[in-house]
Amino acid sequence: MTKNVAGLELPVERDCPFSPPAAYELLRGQAPISNVRLTSGGEAWWVSGHEEARAVLADGRFSSDKRKNGFPLFTLDAATLQQLRSQPPLMLGMDGPEHSAARRSVIGEFTVKRLAALRPRIQDIVDHFIDDMLAADQRPVDLVQALSLPVPSLVICELLGVPYTDHDFFQSRTTMMVRRTSLEDRQRAFAELRAYIDDLITRKESESGDDLFGRQIARQRQEGALDHAGLVSLAFLLLTAGHETTANMISLGVVGLLSHPEQLALVKADPGRTPMAVEELLRYFTIADGVTSRLATEDVEIGGVSIKAGEGVIVSMLSANWDPAAFKDPAELDVERGARHHVAFGFGPHQCLGQNLARMELQIVFDTLFRRIPTLRLAAPAEGLPFKSDAVIYGVHELPVTW
Amino acid sequence: MRIKADTGACVGSGQCVLTEPAVFDQDDDGLVALLTDHPDDQSAAQARHAVTLCPSRALSILQE
Repeated sequence: MTKNVAGLELPVERDCPFSPPAAYELLRGQAPISNVRLTSGGEAWWVSGHEEARAVLADGRFSSDKRKNGFPLFTLDAATLQQLRSQPPLMLGMDGPEHSAARRSVIGEFTVKRLAALRPRIQDIVDHFIDDMLAADQRPVDLVQALSLPVPSLVICELLGVPYTDHDFFQSRTTMMVRRTSLEDRQRAFAELRAYIDDLITRKESESGDDLFGRQIARQRQEGALDHAGLVSLAFLLLTAGHETTANMISLGVVGLLSHPEQLALVKADPGRTPMAVEELLRYFTIADGVTSRLATEDVEIGGVSIKAGEGVIVSMLSANWDPAAFKDPAELDVERGARHHVAFGFGPHQCLGQNLARMELQIVFDTLFRRIPTLRLAAPAEGLPFKSDAVIYGVHELPVTW
Repeated sequence: MRIKADTGACVGSGQCVLTEPAVFDQDDDGLVALLTDHPDDQSAAQARHAVTLCPSRALSILQE
């Protein structure tokens, strides 16, 4: 490999809560694809540019299978990888026809039309938790616990047929799993959640429920054989990805809008701007940076760089979403810029399955929250909030708000 | 303008439907279904935008 930057090790934590690490700018300024050293050991290609990020993620010559030798350990460590190797792969880690078959078995559940039918129920859920917030005796209220976590958790529970009464259990395990610290805790959380979901799927196999898993089980039986391990993997992915990410985006979106009053005023003046504001907030924070790592299975020429078979590639969605070639003045939060081409949900065949559910939840939450509590404000300075700089999925641990 | 949708490449992300529902739909399995392959002048710009947003490059413009 050609060394563009010597001595820089990744991952690095965000030093400012509202912008990518300075190292990202440095790397992108030198080349859209560079070579970096990883803290976990070894080297990898680091993809900074928006165009190059989309090119890599849409290219079938790159594998997503984390179990393969040489896969770059960026947000993963060797021990977690060992655990992944002992389990059937999640959809995120599949390639080609295997991935296509797994994805196609569920995409019908996530069509724009199917999701639109959920809108009234999601609105009820959001109103319910805001009612509770307004009825609380004490202020400030922690928005994470009052709204950000409960809304997507209840929505995904109802969609999947997971009892919401178990929310403390699965929320705490998921939060633990995506932290970069305390390996033992993470492994225990992973094992406990996996066991819980295994039991849940076993129960569902003996019932006939009208929820996503009830339908998956019925369909698999009709087609011949029940794939219990595959269902457990799918449930694990949908439950964890379905609440933690959206919860973090709700919190950060509120912080972003409250910290940019002129942008919030635009949204309040015309809720027609909310969908665009959601896209801009997704771009601005890009909470799942670095989860899109790949392994070249063939020699590939991209962005003037020749990547050899067996070399690891890390696509930084955060860097791509702050590439001035794709987004003018990327450090400006501009709800009117038209940011739909961001890659916060990834790109290529693995692009987030639940993205349109997330969009809808975020739109409904922001519209309803600022309409019903127009004087909402942060009860602590934004810069001092406990940001999740140590987590794979960015967010805030707590968000004290008042009105 | 004429567009083409490749259901073999489609991954059901729904980006096209979200962008121009007058041209793009999804079938019950989540795969792209064209409502028309000749978007009218009103839909042309958004249809073009949808082509650039498709994550699996399943959409193409055959003729401007």
